[in-house]
Amino acid sequence: MTIPSPRRALLPLGLTAALTLSACGGSGFEGGSESSGPSGEISVLIGSSGDAETQAVQDAVAAWSEESGVDAEVQVASDLPQQLSQGFAADNPPDVFYVSTDTLAGYANNGSLHAYGSELSNADAFFPSLVEAFTVDDEFYCAPKDFSTLGLVINDKLWQQAGLTEADIPTTWDELAQVAETLTEGDRVGLAFGPEYQRVGAFFPQAGGAMVSEDGTEATVDSQENLEALQFVQGMMQDGTAAYSSDLGAGWGGEAFGKELTAMTIEGNWIAGAMEADFPDVKYTVAELPEGPAGPGTLAFTNCWGIAEASGDKEDAVDLVEFLTTEERQLAFADAFGVIPSVESAADQYAEDRPEFAPFIAGADYAQNPPAQEGAADVIADFNAQLEGLKSGDPAAILASVQQSLQAVVEQGS
Amino acid sequence: MSRRTITRGRTRDGWLFISPAVAVLAVFLAFPVLMALWVSVSDWRGVGSPFAGDVSFVGLDNYRSILTGGTLAQRDFGTALRNNFYYVLLVVPLQTALALALAALVHAKALRGRGFFRTAFYFPSVTSAVAITVLWLFLFDTRGAVNEVLGWIGLAGPNWFQDPRGILHLGLSAVGVDGAPAAMSGGGFLGITWWDWAAGPSVAMFALILLAVFTTSGTFMLLFIAALNNIGEEIDEAGMIDGANAWQRFWHLTLPMLRPTLFTVLTLGLIGTWQVFDQIYTGTQGGPAKTTVTPAYLSYESAFADQQWGQGAAIAFILFAIIVVLTLVQRAALRSRP
Repeated sequence: MTIPSPRRALLPLGLTAALTLSACGGSGFEGGSESSGPSGEISVLIGSSGDAETQAVQDAVAAWSEESGVDAEVQVASDLPQQLSQGFAADNPPDVFYVSTDTLAGYANNGSLHAYGSELSNADAFFPSLVEAFTVDDEFYCAPKDFSTLGLVINDKLWQQAGLTEADIPTTWDELAQVAETLTEGDRVGLAFGPEYQRVGAFFPQAGGAMVSEDGTEATVDSQENLEALQFVQGMMQDGTAAYSSDLGAGWGGEAFGKELTAMTIEGNWIAGAMEADFPDVKYTVAELPEGPAGPGTLAFTNCWGIAEASGDKEDAVDLVEFLTTEERQLAFADAFGVIPSVESAADQYAEDRPEFAPFIAGADYAQNPPAQEGAADVIADFNAQLEGLKSGDPAAILASVQQSLQAVVEQGS
Repeated sequence: MSRRTITRGRTRDGWLFISPAVAVLAVFLAFPVLMALWVSVSDWRGVGSPFAGDVSFVGLDNYRSILTGGTLAQRDFGTALRNNFYYVLLVVPLQTALALALAALVHAKALRGRGFFRTAFYFPSVTSAVAITVLWLFLFDTRGAVNEVLGWIGLAGPNWFQDPRGILHLGLSAVGVDGAPAAMSGGGFLGITWWDWAAGPSVAMFALILLAVFTTSGTFMLLFIAALNNIGEEIDEAGMIDGANAWQRFWHLTLPMLRPTLFTVLTLGLIGTWQVFDQIYTGTQGGPAKTTVTPAYLSYESAFADQQWGQGAAIAFILFAIIVVLTLVQRAALRSRP
């Protein structure tokens, strides 16, 4: 699972990247004949969130090796996009790897990815919205690995201290602003989240807005709905009841929440693992994000299992992916590192096992996918840069400038 | 006749002897540079060899897309140039002045334990850039040591590495200029308004500027020490006899004699600062709000993250051109006049 948090949060990874880059480059060349030869072993490259994820993937792949008799090796990337790019450029990519939605279109359009969706025997088992997220030009490229949605995470202790009860869990924007105000005390704010579209953008669908039109042919950033959403967020920030995690001195929302710099945060289900590892004493409750004037809304993030077009062993690779997306394996992954299964039947099972995470799964019904057109990642990065100045900035000007950039990207793609 | 033959043999032997070095340079320097040049004028998308049949020549399209058109790519490039411009503008003079001052200090005979100070000042230069960057991230954390010390004298330090405000803008708003004056809000260069060009380095970039000065001064101090050792004592003594005080001797005797070294230091500084990458990559990843994106980092991002290899290579060559031009300008400016 790749946590869509600011890249700064990945700092330790960056450090190891600098140290291991040369090593990776070297082994890439040597391993060339192995990974691209038809009889060689399958190489799997993942961007791991931690030991739990690495271990789970390694175990699953080893189980497949035993069953199929084909050797497979899992490598953990320190900088997945860079290592993938190097592999493609050198004509020696790993056979199977994680692909995020924002890099999918780029890899699909430059011919790096093998579109194997139609070869999957379990293609119908996935959530339709996830299949859509990994479809480029009507071709289903890769099997969704898992997904995450955003929810409202509430600190139980601070909640009670402020005299709030379960009945006070906010279901509308007004209630959200109200409880945030109640929870704000001294240096602690009521609500904090990362300074990025991947958090702030959750308010857009609540107001009825979106980044692109439904058919993906037009950018709709500069809309009245999105403006209303940004103004609401800006208002809370100006009131001092909401803040960016970076302004609190934290790397991401989960860190600000764990350190109790904020009483509530907007994060995805990956926060469970982080809380368990770093802040086991902080008890929390997850709720669905409050509804805006246009109803409920959240954002969904997902990764898929990509297979390289240059792989010499695509048949085995597809077989491996089928194995990794079986209900049993998906539940094992969910147990190990807290992601939501991309197969519907497995997700239902997961919701049953973990009622406290039900709000995240409920979000899947109305979640919006972030724009994934080729080049959209740049626009989002630019949007994020501008959102950092939201508190004192002009929301309308920000939206207008992003509208222009995104429209250019959308036009290029169609 | 026989002499010419001998010379000819020598020439041939000479080439023979340097051929391994030439071969190594060709394979590891000339060839990659030419390959990158080709990538910058091709539509290669990062798959397979750039010389494969399906890669075609697109002329200056890649250059055009980052230099014209008001696109996001152009704005990013403009932003990167602005950030790096202020970085160079502050780092080069500061590090040169500091290096010279440190060299003059440890060169002074009166100083006890000169060896210790030389080592101490040089130490940051031999430490890995990554380690120093991490140290800096801790020092300049919101609740880090620097803000703690600022707190002692009653100053509330900024949230250094998260603060995208330009320091010139901050200075202007302190005297009441909060928005862009009409003359500066319209128009601009490379998709950036004049007002944004005038932002100055962001607070985050300023912390990186201090970092660069801290790490590189030691190296250049070494160059200055070597040059100072080459200046004979008799020159200083001649100055004393003429009645010049210490400052006059330094300004009118020592400094002119350091001109070649000064040129070296400024050139190396200029080249190094225009190529700043590792601190950005390990430290800020271009943030906050793109104020620490530099052309070198942007080139890397365009190629590796966005698969726009042509644009990435084009940025690298524009950067190369900037460095060459500035070095020539500086050489002309420092040429010793008769």
